[in-house]
Amino acid sequence: MTATTAPITLAGPPRSVARRGARWIAGNLPWVYVGLVILYLVVPIAVIALFSFNDPVSKSNLVWHGFTLKYWLNPLGVPGLGDALATSLRIAFASTAVATVLGTLIALALVRYDFRGKGLANLLIFLPMATPEIVLGASLLTLFVQVGQPRSELTILIAHIMFNISYVVVTVRARLAGFDRNLEEAAMDLGANPWTTFWRVTFPLILPGIVAAALLAFSLSIDDFVITNFTAGPTVTFPMFIWGAARVGVPVQVNVIGTIIFVAAVGLVAISTLAQRRRSA
Amino acid sequence: MADVAVRLTQLTKRFGGDATGRRVAKFVDGATPGDSILAVDHIDLEVRDREFFSLLGPSGCGKTTTLRMIGGFEQPTSGRIELAGEDVTWLPPYQRNVNTVFQNYALFPHLTVFENVAFGLRRRKVADGEVRTRVTEMLALVELPGYERRKPGQLSGGQAQRVALARALVNKPAVLLLDEPLGALDLKLRKQMQVELKRIQQEVGITFIYVTHDQEEAMTMSDRIAVMSRGRYEQLGDPEVLYEHPKTRFVAGFLGVSNLLPATRAGSVNGYAGFRLGSGTAVRVPLTLLEGRAAGYAVGVRPEKIRLFEPKDEVPAGLNQAPGVISDASYLGVSTQYIVTLADGHRVTVYEQNVQRATKAELWASGEQVVLAWAPEHCFVVEDGGATDTASIETPSPEPVVA
Ligand SMILES: Nc1ncnc2c1ncn2[C@@H]1O[C@H](COP(=O)(O)OP(=O)(O)O)[C@@H](O)[C@H]1O
Ligand SMILES: [Mg+2]
Repeated sequence: MTATTAPITLAGPPRSVARRGARWIAGNLPWVYVGLVILYLVVPIAVIALFSFNDPVSKSNLVWHGFTLKYWLNPLGVPGLGDALATSLRIAFASTAVATVLGTLIALALVRYDFRGKGLANLLIFLPMATPEIVLGASLLTLFVQVGQPRSELTILIAHIMFNISYVVVTVRARLAGFDRNLEEAAMDLGANPWTTFWRVTFPLILPGIVAAALLAFSLSIDDFVITNFTAGPTVTFPMFIWGAARVGVPVQVNVIGTIIFVAAVGLVAISTLAQRRRSA
Repeated sequence: MADVAVRLTQLTKRFGGDATGRRVAKFVDGATPGDSILAVDHIDLEVRDREFFSLLGPSGCGKTTTLRMIGGFEQPTSGRIELAGEDVTWLPPYQRNVNTVFQNYALFPHLTVFENVAFGLRRRKVADGEVRTRVTEMLALVELPGYERRKPGQLSGGQAQRVALARALVNKPAVLLLDEPLGALDLKLRKQMQVELKRIQQEVGITFIYVTHDQEEAMTMSDRIAVMSRGRYEQLGDPEVLYEHPKTRFVAGFLGVSNLLPATRAGSVNGYAGFRLGSGTAVRVPLTLLEGRAAGYAVGVRPEKIRLFEPKDEVPAGLNQAPGVISDASYLGVSTQYIVTLADGHRVTVYEQNVQRATKAELWASGEQVVLAWAPEHCFVVEDGGATDTASIETPSPEPVVA
């Protein structure tokens, strides 16, 4: 008996380690797969964050030279960067606010009411999303020139509100589609007039959709380059600033700001997810 | 009259036929955009104060539409709705002293059980202290004390049902409308809630208008029932009258099992009307049972009212009799169900309690000759539409009336 088992045991260790490894991978394949996907998604962001601590010798921040905190301590220490960032934030906040209000109202109208031209409206809402940005930007520029509107922060704002409305409508509409109209009837049944019904029942229930839409609109606005570039005139937004700087070498502060924006975005999403989970609990 | 809680006068609802016709056509097979659906057809109805009133009928007969018009969610095409004598036909829901328990409960998912129940009180600016007492009281009434802080998502179907009831009742409405409120519950819970609902209704003394397609449910709970079909009600009465003396073929078939035998009038003798069945057999029916029925009759009798005799037996005098042959016997434990075929081929259902005959050997067997006998007073007379199938009438198809 021992004679027959011995050779196997002898040859065992290397082979069984490999086999155990293979079995482990097979058993945890979904996790391995998820891990790889996350790695794929995270690596570029990690590189940005890492290079915000780099201390490059030349203007280009492409090779690791050593650790420093000096750019984190002075994140706006590049001429023009602060202004560009402030412009982008202004436009992002304003376009998000306007697009979220208008888009939510449009979504309500499209889901709740039957009216002539509803089909056409539904189609037109998709157009800004379906049209290539470069075409949209170019045609907006033509339009502004035609009507004699000088390019400025205002024209950027108009452009951003336009494409943001589409995304808000689509996001809020999805939330409204699953909305139980009986809830509104129940509210009215209990003595709430249409105004109270909206603020006490409809609005709180579609709020997660509105928040998601607003977050999406904000991030679309703050990183838009193509359309902005066509409609900016002399105005410089944050993405335009980076584009300009990239020709000579992106300053490390851009990595710092990028990292901050990323952390803020993840934080916001985390907060809204947690809040929603608490509400439905 | 003060004791009328709700009065409907010629209440009518027609869906479509105009701009909404296109939408209607999507709902109903065979309807074209121009068609309209007469969901509720000139209903006159008085619901008494503090009564448990049921609208009973097959799906699509207009129960929900009627209820929604009383609640204010649907505007009538014509007619009038009065609550306690006041015309509310054109008032919005939030100005009517009526509350609704929706079939899917419609609890506000973002509010706690407490805030759900308090919703109506808060709209009327009731003081905080009073809100707390009344909500607590109400949750005790529906046997959910201590559930204040839960969210609707954390409740079982039965519990959600109770919260929906509490949320409506806490406002002390003049009338409570319930649209198949037990439809989503399993059978055992449903039975339990039927008893509970009846108890609560008696305790709070509020008029209930209850919509259901379940005849047993309606019979168990209601003081009076209106049996609806195709946008109108065919008969209104207390459960016993509806069961013992249905006026139409539809009512006879919808409440329980009934045997309907087409019959022709054949004179009358001291208080009894004579009828001749298709098989040639003569039967007698008290003349009073013909009241309010138009000519073209069918004579009906419930299966449990019929007794079976052997042909050689002496049938007690005064009973109606008809010979037949047993064609099927199903042993049901408490009783046995027989199908007896009469001479003219009509099949009659008979339930016999398993008392005198209880073992297999003693039961009637297929092929045996029997005599059916029943008291004339146990008959009922319906206006006969001319249909000939008599065994047990199926519920008429729930197709909408397309006008
Ligand atoms: N909003 C609506 N639009 C068109 N037809 C409707 C609408 N609501 C109900 N109906 C029709 O009216 C009829 C009665 O419906 P309903 O009152 O819901 O019946 P029940 O509650 O008895 O099942 C049905 O034929 C239904 O298809
Ligand atoms: Mg219904």
